[in-house]
Amino acid sequence: MAIDRGRIVGILGPNGSGKTTLLRLLAGMLKPDAGTVTLEGRSLASIPRAALARSIAVVPQETHLAFDYSVLEIALMGRYPHLGTFQLEGPRDLAVAREALVATGTASLERRRFSTLSGGEKQRVVIASALAQEAEILLLDEPTASLDVGSQFDVSALLARLNRDRGLTIVVATHDLNFAAALCGSLVMLSAGRLIASGPTGETLTSLSIQALYGVVADVYPHRAAGHLTVVPLRRIRRD
Amino acid sequence: MTDVRRRLAAAVAAFGALAAAAVLAAPLAGSTPIRLDRVFDRSVPFADNVDAQIFFIARLPRALAGALVGASLAAAGVVFQALLRNPLATPFTLGVSAGSALGAMLAITLRLHLSLWGVSAVTAASFAGAVCAVAIVYGMARARHSGFSTNVLLLAGVTLNAFFSALILFVQYVADSAEALRTVRWLMGNLDVAGYRPILAALPLCALSFAAFAWLPRALNLLSLDADAAASRGIDVLRAQRVAFFSASMATGAAVSLGGPIGFIGIIVPHLVRLIVGADHRVTLPASALFGAAFLVGADVAARTVMAPVELPVGIITALVGGPFFLWLLVRAR
Repeated sequence: MAIDRGRIVGILGPNGSGKTTLLRLLAGMLKPDAGTVTLEGRSLASIPRAALARSIAVVPQETHLAFDYSVLEIALMGRYPHLGTFQLEGPRDLAVAREALVATGTASLERRRFSTLSGGEKQRVVIASALAQEAEILLLDEPTASLDVGSQFDVSALLARLNRDRGLTIVVATHDLNFAAALCGSLVMLSAGRLIASGPTGETLTSLSIQALYGVVADVYPHRAAGHLTVVPLRRIRRD
Repeated sequence: MTDVRRRLAAAVAAFGALAAAAVLAAPLAGSTPIRLDRVFDRSVPFADNVDAQIFFIARLPRALAGALVGASLAAAGVVFQALLRNPLATPFTLGVSAGSALGAMLAITLRLHLSLWGVSAVTAASFAGAVCAVAIVYGMARARHSGFSTNVLLLAGVTLNAFFSALILFVQYVADSAEALRTVRWLMGNLDVAGYRPILAALPLCALSFAAFAWLPRALNLLSLDADAAASRGIDVLRAQRVAFFSASMATGAAVSLGGPIGFIGIIVPHLVRLIVGADHRVTLPASALFGAAFLVGADVAARTVMAPVELPVGIITALVGGPFFLWLLVRAR
């Protein structure tokens, strides 16, 4: 499996199929039992942690803080891979973090405590922190799982814009098939830890593949107003 | 408020001045009044300068011990709270102090009176007890996982605390009443050190811990997001957790062997400091150490003076202040 620069790739699969494990392998947080993960031809294992963090940024599904930081402090944490061991952030780090808040539409929240934000605002602030890493690759684990429809739109539009304007390569694991259809140019499908299909969204997102992945009969058709494929789940198939 | 450099400089200057003032002023309080200008009067030789003798020989060691113990416990509290991702953790949560106490109890009850280079058997045994507790808890946290489970760490620590407390009660029960009284006094915490030697013995351990603390703040900030967030920002999570655990345990063990298990410093001070300077560990950690030093020295002055000529154990003062504060914190938090 290979991911080309500048693409948005979705990882689909039922619970326990290995989506998060695949993301963690891609981020270099897990070492593969067999095989290698390479970034532009270099094995991830051979890249120092801080250097890797300057290339790949990760956005977790949800962020729960043990202590309450301000929004700006969270964004500035994205600068840590760029600092020496005892170095403190300088003016340029502050500028990059503020710019990341502007890009995610959270600049007005700069002084707010993270714990006082809504779920959608929190997710955009965490994405801002990842942007402040100035990595070219963004990995997201179910970024819209606990968000309302409006916030899901915000995150989806934000990711599309970051891909278009900054050329970020984005890999996103998700359960939301319509979110994936709207956002992702290509899909990777996992079942029980195995890759069962990958390719352009228009070819891989089909009734057949959805039935194979989830055991659900679904109607998949292009939605004229939305401009992308739409998935309507119809009924569950008992597989046992 | 956003500039971490400015906040760090302001916090270190303010809390540092407070700590220095506490250490200099504390020896002035006591049954025999002395004056600072006479203490530092160079025209009178030291042998004839009673004020200087009282200041440097009788009282300053106690203030310095208070500063060292206070700084160590407060900083260890900050580190444990971040490591366990639990704002209510204390340096004693993981059983270090219970191990220490058991060691001290055994030394007192078995009447080990030998002392080496100014370090009494009780001090040495209490540090050995702390090392045992740390080894057991660490072994548990590693046994169940290939990594380092902070949940197992917490459960093992709490269980070990209860188990060691039972052993302490048992040792007290079989000891005769004079020794039982000594052990109870030890458990209340006391900074009445005999000269500078015990402080010098604890100092290298504390210095080593603080050197490790200096390396930790960024990792602690990211660990309070979560372990994955830390890993994806270039932190070697397992190594950072190990350094945090061992350095905070060592600081706690050294502090407890010097002053006994003085409670609540490790939780009141970090929370007060966070209310003032925020949660960024690059500021919180040094500020807590300095404020912890000032706080314990101040509490010890109160312990020596509120019921003079009777001297209260300083642990009673910190607990009397800390208990209500802790409850307030529980009600206030979420």
